[in-house]
Amino acid sequence: MVDAVPPKGDFLRRKASQIRMDLLQMIYHAKAGHTGSSLSDTDILTALYYGGVLRVQANNPKWPLRDRFIRSKGHAVEAFYCILADLGFFPKCELETYSQYGSRLIGHPNNKVPGVDMNTGALGHGLSVGVGIALSAKLDANAFRVFVLMGDGEQAEGSVWEAAMAAAHYRLDNLIGIIDWNGLQISGRTDEVMRTDPLDGKWRSFGWHVELAMGTTSMK
Amino acid sequence: MASATAFAKAFPKQFVEVGIAEQNIVGIAAGLAASGKTPFVMSPACFLSMRSIEQIKVDVAYSKTNVKLIGISGGVSYGALGMSHHSLQDIAVARAIPGLDVALPADEHDVRNLIRTLADFEGGDYIRIGRNPVPTVYESDETPFEFGKAVTLVDGGDATLIGTGETVRIVLDAASILARDGVRCRVLNMHTIKPWDEEAVLKAANETGYIITVEEHIIRGGLGAAVAEVVVQRCPVPMKIIGIRDEPAVTGSPSEIFQHYGLSAENIRDVTKSMLGREGDIA
Ligand SMILES: [Mg+2]
Repeated sequence: MVDAVPPKGDFLRRKASQIRMDLLQMIYHAKAGHTGSSLSDTDILTALYYGGVLRVQANNPKWPLRDRFIRSKGHAVEAFYCILADLGFFPKCELETYSQYGSRLIGHPNNKVPGVDMNTGALGHGLSVGVGIALSAKLDANAFRVFVLMGDGEQAEGSVWEAAMAAAHYRLDNLIGIIDWNGLQISGRTDEVMRTDPLDGKWRSFGWHVELAMGTTSMK
Repeated sequence: MASATAFAKAFPKQFVEVGIAEQNIVGIAAGLAASGKTPFVMSPACFLSMRSIEQIKVDVAYSKTNVKLIGISGGVSYGALGMSHHSLQDIAVARAIPGLDVALPADEHDVRNLIRTLADFEGGDYIRIGRNPVPTVYESDETPFEFGKAVTLVDGGDATLIGTGETVRIVLDAASILARDGVRCRVLNMHTIKPWDEEAVLKAANETGYIITVEEHIIRGGLGAAVAEVVVQRCPVPMKIIGIRDEPAVTGSPSEIFQHYGLSAENIRDVTKSMLGREGDIA
């Protein structure tokens, strides 16, 4: 077990609380959203974006050497938008347009939004895309890394495992998969809907280095 | 026979083997494209156009990644292998996806020109190519492949025959035997299904008054349907749609299957003549 909260834990905790407030306001305003799922991965996103993990530039969202973040768990977009706005990828006032007619802030990540690399929303796609980006980085000898956030319900998608196999086959040590292992999915408790246990063992057997973090599993 | 082995040997660093994983191959290609590469995905059309269609819709078309999807052994190339290996729905499915271009080259010359064009053409494309050697339509690579532009192979005013992919050669042969009987047909190589050459269809309807489409595809949603969408809304004229009946296609060699469903010069001649009321015309 490793502690998910680095030394500047107080700052990150406060930031995560602020993002949760922002996303609740956004969802309340829009009368739509994936509240539970967004609240669930706010800590992960806060650690990535504010904890010195992801190397990105808000004023240069297409910076070629940026770390890539693929939100494969595309249904929970609210915390993601709130963080991108907070970091200045787009004006914070735009959050009010979330889910509104014609807004680019639609209910799933969309690459019309600065800071979003790929359109997601159909589960089981993100890790394959991440494999492609990581392969490309290797081919060009670029040092950026690729982070893919998945849900635990998403682990039932077969394509996740196609991508897991390919990542190990190509030894992509620049690809980091993160699973928001919250034990829940829309239709119930994940272990009752479709047992994934032992999830960490499955990933290890696919050739991944697995680390368990507080309440979440992050793998490399 | 379509194979990437020669390419893989010549350019090992530019070749990514993904195994039997059609969803993964399209997702990986989208990731490569998102990082500035121009990936060409090669997989049998029957699997690529069905198994990975959601990745094509979301990771390629919707995300606007520059992925070239090459469906090989398309149509009934794997004639004897049955419906699992026939790709006879791919035009209908692919052309219904916004942002995806769709093309079926007619012969080896068309294929070469198309591949050159594709390499410089920004956007997601689905291309269907056959497996078996076919008689050529062109004599050389001289006719460029212009995306979204039908090629008029023969001009004529009595009716228009439209083919796509491997049926272009067949409609060309049909036009020749019809010409011997005094029926002058226009022949269009409709190699691009999207972007769609609406003007060529409109001109055909206006100037020839009859249209016959021939496709290696189920008769629902393919070339004939695309032509009919223009004809019924902008210039209604009599039409015939020749293609595979809406059933698990009969099995056998590709040419036997073509014969079975009337994808032959003789059948096209008969259909055209009866449409024009000129059954008795013999030169
Ligand atoms: Mg979950």
